[in-house]
Amino acid sequence: MNPPTQGYKVAPVPAAEVTGQSQSGASSVTYRGATKRYANASAPAVDHLDLEVAAGEICVLVGPSGCGKTTSMRMVNRMIEMTEGDILIGGESIKRRDAARLRREIGYVIQQVGLFPHRTIAQNIATVPQLLGWDRERVRARTSELLDLVGLDPELADRYPVQLSGGQQQRVGVARALAVDPPVMLMDEPFGAIDPINRERLQNEFLRLQAEIRKTVLFVTHDIDEAIKMGDRIAIMKEHGRVEQYATPAEVLMAPANEFVEDFVGADRALKRLSLMRVRDIRLWKAPLARAGQATAEVRAALDAPEVEVPYALLVDDRERPRGWLTTRDLAGDTVPATADAPLGPVLETGDVMRDALADLLQGESMYAPVVDHGGAVVGILSVEIISEFLASPEAKTEEQPAVERPRG
Amino acid sequence: MAPGGGGGVGVSAFLPHPFFAGFGGAIEFIFNEQESTVTGGKKVGGIEQVLELAWTQIEVSLLALALAILIAVPVGLYFGHKGTGELVAVGIGNAGRAVPELAAIALIAAVIGVGVVTLTIVLAVLGIPPILTNTFVGIRQVDRAPVDAARGIGMTEPEIVRKVELPMAVPSIMTGIRGASINIIATATIAPLAGVLTLGDFILGENVYGADGVLAGAILVAVLALIFEFALAGLQRRLTSKGLRLQAQ
Amino acid sequence: MASALPGLPLAAAVGEVGEGFFKERTGATLPCQARPSHLFCWDWATEHINRFGTPTVQQFELVVISVLIGFAIAFGLALLAHRFRLLQWPLLAGTGILFAIPSVAFFLLLLPITGTGRETAIIALSAYTLQIIYRNVMSGLANVPESAKDAARGMGLTDRQILWRVELPLAIPEIVGGLRIATVSTVAIATLAVFVNAGGLGTQIYSESNLTFPTAIIIAGGIAMLMALAFDAVFLTVQRLATPWRRAAAEASA
Repeated sequence: MNPPTQGYKVAPVPAAEVTGQSQSGASSVTYRGATKRYANASAPAVDHLDLEVAAGEICVLVGPSGCGKTTSMRMVNRMIEMTEGDILIGGESIKRRDAARLRREIGYVIQQVGLFPHRTIAQNIATVPQLLGWDRERVRARTSELLDLVGLDPELADRYPVQLSGGQQQRVGVARALAVDPPVMLMDEPFGAIDPINRERLQNEFLRLQAEIRKTVLFVTHDIDEAIKMGDRIAIMKEHGRVEQYATPAEVLMAPANEFVEDFVGADRALKRLSLMRVRDIRLWKAPLARAGQATAEVRAALDAPEVEVPYALLVDDRERPRGWLTTRDLAGDTVPATADAPLGPVLETGDVMRDALADLLQGESMYAPVVDHGGAVVGILSVEIISEFLASPEAKTEEQPAVERPRG
Repeated sequence: MAPGGGGGVGVSAFLPHPFFAGFGGAIEFIFNEQESTVTGGKKVGGIEQVLELAWTQIEVSLLALALAILIAVPVGLYFGHKGTGELVAVGIGNAGRAVPELAAIALIAAVIGVGVVTLTIVLAVLGIPPILTNTFVGIRQVDRAPVDAARGIGMTEPEIVRKVELPMAVPSIMTGIRGASINIIATATIAPLAGVLTLGDFILGENVYGADGVLAGAILVAVLALIFEFALAGLQRRLTSKGLRLQAQ
Repeated sequence: MASALPGLPLAAAVGEVGEGFFKERTGATLPCQARPSHLFCWDWATEHINRFGTPTVQQFELVVISVLIGFAIAFGLALLAHRFRLLQWPLLAGTGILFAIPSVAFFLLLLPITGTGRETAIIALSAYTLQIIYRNVMSGLANVPESAKDAARGMGLTDRQILWRVELPLAIPEIVGGLRIATVSTVAIATLAVFVNAGGLGTQIYSESNLTFPTAIIIAGGIAMLMALAFDAVFLTVQRLATPWRRAAAEASA
């Protein structure tokens, strides 16, 4: 598996190929009282679902098993026919469309991937273009473009699915779904069957890909962590497809709409909140900085100043890069020594995700860690105390910093 | 089997006595026309008669197999894809196995009469059960994920059958066809009972062809059956996608 | 081209019965015997049902003995192939070849070696069952969940214990399924044993004089099919009884 080293390239398919597209190549999806009732069941599987997914957003449908999230998703491409209500794609009802044609314009990715074992990787990706009657040259060009897009070695084109790892297979699944550049994508637990390490990699790759292609994505998962990570908005569902809260991940974490959401998000939602923030988003502490050769009296005075929050001085070089923590013994002499007595411990960057920063602190068994900017210069100190204060503060409840920031097109 | 290729008096000399002595006479019977030892003076055996009878057997068998495939595969595909009629499809397979070929042929000869056309139809009917059952089961056992994906990316139902289910069910369908071929060849062997002269005529006609003729017939039928089996096995390999073969390993 | 069937009057082969046929056998001409095309003659049937007794017993014996021998060999081969994977393919191909040879030809190929009689029929019929049973035992063993074997290994069972206590019990449905198919097919094919003078129901279908008498054919064929169905039912019951966990699962899901 080779993570892509350069930006993704996407050649848009002429708009004639697909309909109901907005200018950005994505379409909104609107549920209007969509209902699915099975003949032999007393209660509907999905009961009057109203939901508006804006064009170009990832909407995650999340909830316990049996809550109707997959049914809701599969109604969009009419894999499940709704009994009542309507769903609009780009303002147009799906009911009037021929089901097979409709599906060709909607990407479809499932947990089991469902690659065709009897066709090569290239043939798998080319399925829909071939159904649409593209000429061979165009199919070939698009196939290699898609392999590149999802970060697969072009040499895999002639392999068969069984020869690929699970992660590679799901990339092919994504490529196949994107083949004709559909304005909407449905993803049903796409990374659910993949080991945690590769899952995280695929999630990150997909987010990067999405930043580029900006599809409207309906993403089903039962994993709240995945929902928080992947979603622009999360719809938390209870049974019968009832949406308990539909909001950004931050809102869901800060202000769960009710007890059900609170329970579902989990007792550790305070910690989950940290994955929505970066170190630069929080007010850092100041520590007295000291340079080698400086008079220790000066440093001691700085340590006694009322506004200083860190009881140690940080030794920095001439470009303000941290070198170590000075102990009382270091400051016993007249001048600051060239090397500090206490080791530096973890050094954080302003762009680090808060949860990772906390993990670094705990792992390094340090109370404090210097935070540096791109040039490596100290901009402040992060402490375990800051983090715990933040989690307890009312300020946290109103904080609406977006999830791991995504480039906007 | 070029004339004279293996014939000649000497063959039996190479075969250890007494077990295989009988085979020498049979091989001679295949390649050299001779006077019947049973019915005086009648010319029997020889490559010409062998080829003639063999051709009849190949002809009716191939026709019957083609007819059986033409009927059973589409029906199996249809019901397999729809997922209905399991009891019927599997029941036909079970019932088909229980039909004694000998009784079938004898009854046809007694009640309907004889002829190549009737025989072909009977053989085809005997070939249908294994093909139908294996096609049905083969389609049902196709992994549901690719089928769901195929539908999800916009294949129509006929496209799903043609491009996903059929290719993936090839091994199972071909197993059914091979089973049918075995049934058909075996039954065609006793077709002389119904008046169509196949290689089985040697086997059933000891009174004309003698013991050598019977054994020769058995050898020829066995060889013919194996040729069909290997040909179909080769066809199966060709029709099975490399991806599926890799998966099976 | 040589004539049709020797010993079988040509006329008989095309649907007419010799005049003396019924008299010779029944002593009297029954009304329905007047027309050979009459499909089933009840009077003849009731009068002669006894003659099917011995052939039925013979047929039954042929089937049981052949399937038992076939099972013993095929099961042994399958265990061997399970242990030594390299044998898998050659054994499958070998049993496949035996399976492909039409039984009639198989019977007669054995003539110079074993002569005519029951042994010959049993050898050929056993050989025929090998492929079916072997294949089912192998696939039964192959379909045992890896997790079950792994757990057994983890609990300290030896390979032999795993085979007999975990793999084979779990493979029972498919093994019995193979026996079922093999037995049902053998019942049908055993009618051909008549060609090596091994008796069985074939004697009532094919004998020099009554090939074209539908009633006898229908009765003999019918007995063979009933016997096959009876075996089928027996094996289905065995399969159910031998796998209580499947019933439990079915009940739980119901």
